Amino acid sequence: MHLMYFTEQPMKDYPQEAGNDIGFTSLLMSNKHFNPIDGSRLYNEFLENYVYAEEMGVDGIMLNEHHNAPFCMQAKANIFASLLAGMTKRVKIVLLGNPLPLNDNPVRLAEELAMIDMISKGRLVSGFVRGGGQEQLATNANPAFNRERFQEAHDLIVKAWTVPGPFRWEGKHYHQRVVNPWALPLQQPHPRIWIPGVISQETIVWAAQNGYPYICLNTSIEDTKKIWQRYDAAANEVGYTPGTEHRGYLIRCHVAETEEKALESARQFLWMDGEFTGRLKPVWASPSGYFSPSSRQTFVEFVAGQSASPTRPRKTFEQQLGDLQIVAGTPEQVVKSLRTIMRETRPGIMAFWGNEGRMTQADAQTSIRLLGQEVMPALRETAKELDLKSPFEADMPVSRAWAEAQARKQAAE
Amino acid sequence: MAIEWTSSVVSAAGAEIHLRRGGKGSPVVVLHRDTGTPDGLAFYDKLAAKHDVIVPNVPGFGSSPRADWLGNVRDVAALYRGMLGDLGLGSAALVGLGFGGWIAAEMACFAPHDTPKLVLAGAMGIKPPVGDICDQALIGYIEYVTEGCHDPATFARIYGERPTSEQLVLWDLCREMSFRLAWKPYMFNHSLPQLLRGVKSQTLIVWGDDDRIVPDSAAEVYAASLPHARRETIANAGHLIELEQPDAFAQAILSFIASK
Repeated sequence: MHLMYFTEQPMKDYPQEAGNDIGFTSLLMSNKHFNPIDGSRLYNEFLENYVYAEEMGVDGIMLNEHHNAPFCMQAKANIFASLLAGMTKRVKIVLLGNPLPLNDNPVRLAEELAMIDMISKGRLVSGFVRGGGQEQLATNANPAFNRERFQEAHDLIVKAWTVPGPFRWEGKHYHQRVVNPWALPLQQPHPRIWIPGVISQETIVWAAQNGYPYICLNTSIEDTKKIWQRYDAAANEVGYTPGTEHRGYLIRCHVAETEEKALESARQFLWMDGEFTGRLKPVWASPSGYFSPSSRQTFVEFVAGQSASPTRPRKTFEQQLGDLQIVAGTPEQVVKSLRTIMRETRPGIMAFWGNEGRMTQADAQTSIRLLGQEVMPALRETAKELDLKSPFEADMPVSRAWAEAQARKQAAE
Repeated sequence: MAIEWTSSVVSAAGAEIHLRRGGKGSPVVVLHRDTGTPDGLAFYDKLAAKHDVIVPNVPGFGSSPRADWLGNVRDVAALYRGMLGDLGLGSAALVGLGFGGWIAAEMACFAPHDTPKLVLAGAMGIKPPVGDICDQALIGYIEYVTEGCHDPATFARIYGERPTSEQLVLWDLCREMSFRLAWKPYMFNHSLPQLLRGVKSQTLIVWGDDDRIVPDSAAEVYAASLPHARRETIANAGHLIELEQPDAFAQAILSFIASK
């Protein structure tokens, strides 16, 4: 079992009334409301917490990125990954992940990731994402080519890591005269690739076909099970049976000394009007061409304000506690709930979204301490009982393509 | 007299193009907007009373299936030049509405001697020196069409108070195809003003007096770039002139085409 700490890095000190006045808190909310003095302090608090999480015993630090919104201050996951590569000693640095379609130069990404892997002495997990809908608008990446760009950038990065240069890349979306980065990953053949997501069928199938672990982002137990059915079916079709090492799960989880205190802080998981991303216009979340064509009708009705979000149905705090999409309490209470999730969904990787919104720095650190020192040891015992193995424990190949290439090589010998 | 409209499918460069055709007279090809076009508009009937009117749907818009290889507006212009040649309509008058105006302008640049009459109505395709072309990526389907209307009541008159799911899906398909063709730079081509200088067409540049989608400054650039152009403004019309002022707009076009 691989256990990680995560935070969205909320810009908690933005003026809330500014969002109330205009009716949204993303993309077009003016950055005149961003105060770099608060920003500087918060970035340093996040860094302090990551280092503290390592001290408290977590296995990994999960990082992500978003753009143009107070719900997440990380505009470039590789920057915090670089800092942690130098500041931490033991934890895996798990990027979930770099939004590939937003980049115009995947070779540069391959170089940056190789540098992080070398500096961290081989502790990088390099997840990739498509980026949210509004990220396409924030970075001017064409949503109609989001999936094509994701796949092509992925192929180019893996090739840059595994095939000696120089070579030329003339694709549909990316064109490179010379691919010959003078920086290569320490881990061979390359860092592990994990794919986080929600319900996007195409992404689940793609991850399964490639043999990449899929990390369900705080989906309900019921939805998580459906995702594993889809993943397993796609894996079976290409000829393998996935194990717990292919399954990851992110859960919002806050721990405190008392239940009352934990519940009070955990309300901050809904700090931005019940949505962790804050209020945004549906058309920004779902630009045309971005979502799956098979769900077009559902998404257009959402965009037109005629139906609820198909990705994240709106639930109250109490409903989310009841459905175990938020877990909060004393270490003992939290362990009990998390064991239920582990039994029901059998993940080999778990990420704990430990603090959010306007939680105080002291409460965030208490949660990290209790998670690392009391909750995680108990979960490791449960993982042993349930035989939940992480990709590292299972020593799984980094990809199906690599495993097949190795098998062909052995057969030839 | 009621106009009889027929639907047909033609093939050009391997793409399937659905078109509507009605009326008799010299041919007039109407190029639709980035939001596609409803069928059965009074505007079309008025043109068809005097002309053979052809309304093709760009692949990816309306009933024409998407052609994945179609990557920019010049591709569409080349495709349409081939299609019109095949149909024996190479010298047809072109009427381009908004986004279709951009296609028409590119078509005129491709064959500068072949389009005797060119009508550009609220045409995209040029970077406005003042203001920006309204970016549909940032607003909803309904908001975008509403923004194109001078009179807020126009929307409900054409699409109803609450557009159907089918209409929303159609707009989304149009929008996705628009992004495929014109995401960046958004809805213009830097080299178009220069190329327009070689176009020999008699050109009518029509703008609604309340066009909030394409700034009037773009009309000025069209007028300055095209050697044989004149401007006309339709009163009480937004970007969607054919929906708001079908009579005045059709009359302006008919007079222009009939003129020497």
